[in-house]
Amino acid sequence: MAIPSSHVYDAIVVGSGISGGWAAKELTERGLKVLLLDRGQNVEHIKDYKNALKQPWEVPHRGRATNAFREAHPGAQSRWRSPGLNDEWWADETKNPYVETKPFDWIRGYQVGGRSLIWGRQSYRWSDLDFEANARDGLAVDWPIRYADLAPWYDHVERFAGISGNRDGIPQLPDGEFMPPMDLNCVEQHVAARLEAHYGGKRRLIQARVANLTQAIHDRAPCQYRSKCHLGCPFGGYFSTQSSTLPAAVKTGNLTLRPHSIATRVLYDKDRQRARGVEVLDAETRETIEFSARLVFLCASALNSAWLLMRSATEVWPGGLGSSSGELGHNIMDHQLGAGASGRVEGFDDRTVYGRRPGGIYIPRYRNLQGNEGRGYLRGYGFQGSANRSNWQRDVAELAIGSDLKEALLEPGDWSMGIGGFGEILPDHANRISLDPQRTDAWGLPVLAMDCRLTDNDRAMRREIISDAVEMLEAAGVKDIKTRDGHYNFGNGIHEMGSARMGRDPKTSVLNAHNQVWDAPNVLVTDGACMTSASCVNPSLTYMAITARAAAFAVAEVNRGNL
Amino acid sequence: MQLSRREAIVRLALLMGASFVTPRLQAADFGTSSTPPDGFTPADLALLDEIGDTIIPPTDVPGAKAVGIGAFMAMMVTDCYAAPEQRAFRDGMTAIARSFRTRHGVDFVGAAAADRTIFLNEINAALRQPKTAESGAPAPKYFRIMRELTILGYFTSEEVATKVRPWIEVPGRYEGNVPYRKPARSR
Repeated sequence: MAIPSSHVYDAIVVGSGISGGWAAKELTERGLKVLLLDRGQNVEHIKDYKNALKQPWEVPHRGRATNAFREAHPGAQSRWRSPGLNDEWWADETKNPYVETKPFDWIRGYQVGGRSLIWGRQSYRWSDLDFEANARDGLAVDWPIRYADLAPWYDHVERFAGISGNRDGIPQLPDGEFMPPMDLNCVEQHVAARLEAHYGGKRRLIQARVANLTQAIHDRAPCQYRSKCHLGCPFGGYFSTQSSTLPAAVKTGNLTLRPHSIATRVLYDKDRQRARGVEVLDAETRETIEFSARLVFLCASALNSAWLLMRSATEVWPGGLGSSSGELGHNIMDHQLGAGASGRVEGFDDRTVYGRRPGGIYIPRYRNLQGNEGRGYLRGYGFQGSANRSNWQRDVAELAIGSDLKEALLEPGDWSMGIGGFGEILPDHANRISLDPQRTDAWGLPVLAMDCRLTDNDRAMRREIISDAVEMLEAAGVKDIKTRDGHYNFGNGIHEMGSARMGRDPKTSVLNAHNQVWDAPNVLVTDGACMTSASCVNPSLTYMAITARAAAFAVAEVNRGNL
Repeated sequence: MQLSRREAIVRLALLMGASFVTPRLQAADFGTSSTPPDGFTPADLALLDEIGDTIIPPTDVPGAKAVGIGAFMAMMVTDCYAAPEQRAFRDGMTAIARSFRTRHGVDFVGAAAADRTIFLNEINAALRQPKTAESGAPAPKYFRIMRELTILGYFTSEEVATKVRPWIEVPGRYEGNVPYRKPARSR
């Protein structure tokens, strides 16, 4: 069957989140006609941020979950939604189930823009501490790239996305092309100074580096300090596909955006050993459509890009495209979080803040910087957190009702300082996802089964995250310190990675150093699937840099006649 | 060209670059909503108003009744709480009305503020000792709901968020170290 010319593109990008938006921008700006697919509905910048400017009294049920909300959203994602405010984003759990062979929280963004609309915006560079980690520890396989390969691409994406942060001169957390940082507040400055003195600079508390603008850029206004990023920012104050990469791609005239388009297979030409396009199921009409292109970028999110590969070229490889190494769907990683400590800070009752800052503090990794330091675990962790002054939401259970309670709650309460760890999970072949043989989704497509668990390394690290948090808060003079060890399910970090790792050898990895599938070099996977190790550092900025690098490489290969 | 409110605000922000304050926006306040939620009579709402106004009474600034707390509580309980909690809440309302009348010989609604405050504080105190069983009386967890919803509804109401503790929707900048002063309250 011939594919109509309207279905022929130079490149198809599957997924329009952080990675897919970057792929679309970089490819269209280099002159390629690009089809950008997303399985969810369209979300138009500004116009569709329906609740972004609601005042507190206009918010339905004041942000509390209703019974109807709980019924409609039974899954793990309901913890992340803002009830009544962004319900239509995320993934509909009833239509998009998955199987938890072991407990797994899969927090997805099934709409145009994906999780770029609702992400945490923490943006840090990885370093050779991360890219050399597997080689140094003799674990999994070596990354085929080093920091030097990505550094210019970090520059590139930071300048365009707009990352605010301080140049701190910390080797394991390289400086970048930053806009001015957001201020530390008075209590955070106090804690930073105490930690500096106590640890002699070995542990540092710095401003969080966030993808929130502190200066206007392109058509975007600086952050207005409303801290409502998760509702979409009508000012364009934070990086999202909608605010940033999508308008750039649209401006080229080379982009076609197709929402409601579930990519169901990469179409593989076994004679040419290349992909020839992508099969799409229209989520609304249930029509199956084939689109052809000479390049296919998979940016569907780490687990969904692997799902798509597993369903492709099965006539050649029963396990799917990229499965010849035996690693497709394996080595799933995340960041463990939910462990830390917090306490009360005295001496600042006459101080407060103005504005609601959408970031906080970061304490970069300081453990195992020289390799295995014999602490009972490999790798390390960083801390995020902030100091805050409580308000009426604290209630005061000790107080009797009446005017005393009212007067107390009209005044601000105590200052507190809290920090929580983000811990590196090691790549482990046993942590895997696969197509479930029975269960299907609302479109009759097989769903993923998740079989991932923490190991002794993770548990030992978690204990030290908590004891270190306490030690640092004590060193800073924080009072009434309480530890936190919240339940962590795999996936809860929402940094899932590793299902189609990069490597140097097609026998042990799915992708090469330029994110090409070894078995189909015109298929490039540039989202979290490609990660060979997890670092403890938030990964999104690295996805951006890897995607931009891969897009530039792929276009150069096309121009050289190699693809 | 007709601009929506949202577009107008965004354009203003782009023009001003950084700091500005959003105009106060019109919104239907819950206190003025027409029909009470299922199963709540006007008398029920009056009782809830009075309970809320006892938890957060009028002082130099309005109390909870002035922001329509009764209708808010009824709406929240109906929409957000599971059936057993809703029943406990309704039973609690009945218990408050009945035992207050038994003790004081008058209705809770309209009774002296001091009597209402002492009465509800006894229930409030029981919240702090959850193991103490009151013979025959329903568990006071209903009062935790009343207390929480009163505080939530009061502090997020338009009246309080505009006049008592002014909410700044678009701060425009962040300063991490400013002196704290009690806000001047408009009467």
